[in-house]
Amino acid sequence: MSESKHKLIHTFGALAELGNEVANKSSFQETIKTSLHLVLGSLGIMRGGVARYSRFNHEFNMVAIRGLGEDFPLSLSLCYEDERQFLANGLEPMEIEQAKVLPFFQVYDKSFERAKLALMVPLVIRDETVGAVFLVQKATGEPYSSYDREIICAMGRHIGVAVAQRNLLAELERRADENRKLYDEMRTTYADTVKAFAAAIDRKDKYTEGHSVRVGKYCEIIAAELGWHVEEVEGAAVAGYLHDVGKLTVERRIINAPYRINAKESAELNKHPGVGYEILMPIHHPYTDVPLAAKYHHERLDGRGYPDGLYDREIPYIAKVVNLADSFDAMTTDRPYKRRRPAGEVFEDLQRNSGKQFAPEIVSALFRGMLQEVSGEVADKKFRRLLGREYMEAENIGSILQGALSGAPTITPINLMSTDN
Amino acid sequence: MESANPSDINQGKAVVLAGDYLNKLTGDLIERECRKRIDEGCRQLVVDFSRTEIVNSVGISILLGVIDTAANAGATVVFSEVNEHTAELFDMLGVSRHALVNPN
Repeated sequence: MSESKHKLIHTFGALAELGNEVANKSSFQETIKTSLHLVLGSLGIMRGGVARYSRFNHEFNMVAIRGLGEDFPLSLSLCYEDERQFLANGLEPMEIEQAKVLPFFQVYDKSFERAKLALMVPLVIRDETVGAVFLVQKATGEPYSSYDREIICAMGRHIGVAVAQRNLLAELERRADENRKLYDEMRTTYADTVKAFAAAIDRKDKYTEGHSVRVGKYCEIIAAELGWHVEEVEGAAVAGYLHDVGKLTVERRIINAPYRINAKESAELNKHPGVGYEILMPIHHPYTDVPLAAKYHHERLDGRGYPDGLYDREIPYIAKVVNLADSFDAMTTDRPYKRRRPAGEVFEDLQRNSGKQFAPEIVSALFRGMLQEVSGEVADKKFRRLLGREYMEAENIGSILQGALSGAPTITPINLMSTDN
Repeated sequence: MESANPSDINQGKAVVLAGDYLNKLTGDLIERECRKRIDEGCRQLVVDFSRTEIVNSVGISILLGVIDTAANAGATVVFSEVNEHTAELFDMLGVSRHALVNPN
């Protein structure tokens, strides 16, 4: 085989390998290290290095280096004139001797001389300097031919693309990180706003102060017990916090009436789910079912609820969760016309109305959550904080819950709270 | 790549056996082994190519690195049992200017 043919095959082999290397999913460092090997090995170049350009710091940072000596700078600062010249030059290899007029070369002249650099190739991709390749003389001792330069230029383009891709990825990661932080801040702001709203709703009713917040927390416990995804659990809590937002438009004297309200007043009060829906609907919530939870949290499985008298499957699932949490809180807190009821009586009521007013598996989820706390299976005493120690230490509460759960539905519905994100 | 037989390491001479294909995977191992021998005081490093059929560009770069390391340590490098194709490649790329190449 003639030498030129042999050389051609060897060089094309290197180019093909370089293309593969850039296209595959190796780490960036590994890709650049192999790329440098391929450039050096394709033309028999003793030593060299590849640098990545940082446009923020205006410097070349060496990514791969072979044999250039321990004192070769790992970071090389550039000035505006250097950058301008590199852009004007493009991917064309620059002879070190000719490029010595540039400020960059004057600063690092000694280092380049010690390393015996012969060529420098600015990696210019889409009119942007992304890096550089530094090369010493060929092992043959011959000067670089035009053929060699073309090969170096072609290989430089491959390496430049790899560096540009890496820069793009780093930029995307930076932006994604920024977006994540912004999103987290927005979520925090949203959560704080929701809690502020809940507090505002609760302030209107002096007898049920803290009701919305408690319902939100019960919804959270139930949703977690139902095995919902973390964002759906958050959504359930929000639905609980805001379920009574419509009460903001109901007269305070009706809400705070220290007696059983009459039919007219009741009709006025019963408008709050629809009003709540209208208030919440125009808001872009991260959880889409929040307005529906407000609208239908007084519906019952047997169709005897309001405002629309919906039946079981017609009721949005989140509204069923809020319904139970709302009723449970009403039963376990003092009202102007009624003292709170003992735990045993509440459990009995919930069981009796399971399948009529409440979804059985949601009642079971609430019971399970309580039982885990009573039996010490979970350390976090959420119910104790909400109901008080005395209430949770009522006699036989554990065995009543166990009894209620035996034979109770074990189906755990999932994915019932839709989210926007 | 197989490491050298201890009997081959004497009087400052070490033999490192290259595998059948000197590429990215095997090249790093050979380079590490050669550096280790040189650090141990070897003054003549013999890389045995008797089982090597192909040396690609990565392989050439690694061998040039071995030559460079050896030269800096005052050691010499011999590439032995090199097949005709590889010997031509070494000549063409100037490898043979910096190391003794013994064809098989």
